[in-house]
Amino acid sequence: MKTTTKVTAYTNPSSGLNPLRIITWQKGAWIVCCLMLFAVPLLITKNSYLFLLTNIFIWSVFAMSYNLLLGFTGIISFGHAMFFGIGAYSLALTARHVPGGEVGFILAILATVVICFVLSLIVGLLSLRLRDTFYALITLAVATIFVIIAEQWRSMTMGNDGFNFTASLSRDLFGFINLLDRRHVYYIALIFLIGMFLLLKRFIDSPVGRTLQAIRDNEARAASLGYAVLNYKLISNILAGVMAGLAGVVYAISIRFVSPDSVLGVENTIDVLLMTVIGGVGTLLGPIIGAAVVEVSSHYLMGLANIHPIFERWVILFGVVFILIILFFPAGIVGTIKQKFLSKKKGVSS
Amino acid sequence: MLKIKDLHTHIEQFHILQGVNLEVPDNSVTVVLGRNGAGKTTTIRSVMGFYPNMSGEILFQGKSIAKLPPYTVAKQGIGYVPEDQDIFAGLTVEENMRVAMRREDDTTLERQEWLLDLFPDLREAWKRKGGHLSGGQKQMLSIARALVNETPLLLVDEPSKGLAPIMVEKVMEAMNVIRETTTILLVEQNFIMASQLGDYFYMIDEGRTVFQGEMQLLKDDEVLRKKYLGIA
Repeated sequence: MKTTTKVTAYTNPSSGLNPLRIITWQKGAWIVCCLMLFAVPLLITKNSYLFLLTNIFIWSVFAMSYNLLLGFTGIISFGHAMFFGIGAYSLALTARHVPGGEVGFILAILATVVICFVLSLIVGLLSLRLRDTFYALITLAVATIFVIIAEQWRSMTMGNDGFNFTASLSRDLFGFINLLDRRHVYYIALIFLIGMFLLLKRFIDSPVGRTLQAIRDNEARAASLGYAVLNYKLISNILAGVMAGLAGVVYAISIRFVSPDSVLGVENTIDVLLMTVIGGVGTLLGPIIGAAVVEVSSHYLMGLANIHPIFERWVILFGVVFILIILFFPAGIVGTIKQKFLSKKKGVSS
Repeated sequence: MLKIKDLHTHIEQFHILQGVNLEVPDNSVTVVLGRNGAGKTTTIRSVMGFYPNMSGEILFQGKSIAKLPPYTVAKQGIGYVPEDQDIFAGLTVEENMRVAMRREDDTTLERQEWLLDLFPDLREAWKRKGGHLSGGQKQMLSIARALVNETPLLLVDEPSKGLAPIMVEKVMEAMNVIRETTTILLVEQNFIMASQLGDYFYMIDEGRTVFQGEMQLLKDDEVLRKKYLGIA
């Protein structure tokens, strides 16, 4: 204990800032933010807004898991949606086939964790010792296999049509959760986001998290400091896979429908990549901001179709929004703000 | 401390090292010299295990370390300061040091304090990201990071490369202190630095050891310097 304190207590002698004060201020801001989000369902009764916010929370976790790979470990995956889809299908299939709400729910979570753990371990072992491009291609190939399974195993998955399982969702989970109530689902997604954010923050600040960032910056150098790079990449890969799988479980609860395209498709991976890049690669808050920007803009741009038919091609408009963001925020929204703040601070201190 | 016998290294289709022989005695500074492309960097990278496609014998403290992966070589107690510093740009100086620590025990923290005394610039830049450091500070951090654990042998690749003369002086002063407790294998183009620090030298040319001896010998032999280093 003595040793750890000694390192963390060491601060830059040239800086006049009290680290304790900063931490308290930041924590206070976070608590206020969380309280405001908890109060939202009391103020907003319109289900569509709650649904939008719920989706932002879920996609934030999915994007955070992708950011763990891309931003904190330097791995590019084209098949991350397979974990998301596995989670969503686990929940949907257990809801449909396993009687008893709680049992099915717990079984879905367990199945997601186990399958995502094993799958990310196998895919990682097969590809992470090779160049990054191989990992990207292998994940794409494996993800495509899962899409094909979901399409072809019609008796179980209803193929391309997918299936709705609203009727199978329990109205009384653990005696107090109603999965058909949008407010309840909102709170589940919010608590899930907060939990995953805190977990990821702790992980990133841990020695393993720092080592992953070192590997991202310079793999060969990390190896020459004594780190078995593959093992660390595997840890990151497994954690990201399980996180994405759990996001899929909550997503299925929210949309009550699964199909290969909606949860397993490559577009989902592209979406989280977009969210991560827009928000800021390698920042904790970036994926949340990115998810909010993508979800809100697609929601409202889609709505513009009622004004003029040209807006049915809203994806083009979204492309313009994306280009503008990249032009004005080259390191993502959070990344660029952080850079500007740091350079301003540097300017003041010098 | 370190013995290299008939080291051959292939990088892709190229046969880069074609028989390097080298010995680093305990408590000494041994300098590897040679022209650009002679195979100096490849030699120390081969020791670190970056090229599995090598043959020959590499003994560290009497134990073979040939073909071991870099992380295992590092764990044996060999520190490596690469040519381009290779600090972790996204981490602060403090985080760079902590990542390098194998244990955060009192001994390691005392070593860190000693290193910060040796490189006061790092203390000043403690919370700054590695990417925002000057070239000299990066070099200091790279050396400090390699030494934060118990390191009987330090491999240093061109520490003066790209540095301002004032920084070269600072690094050289620090190396003079480090040599008191650590055996050093140094690759260096800057003959002034090499001759002031080195006890022994090995001349590598076209991937082979062509000449070796005490540094004084090279200092006195202008013909040899001209032939292999192109300097009088």
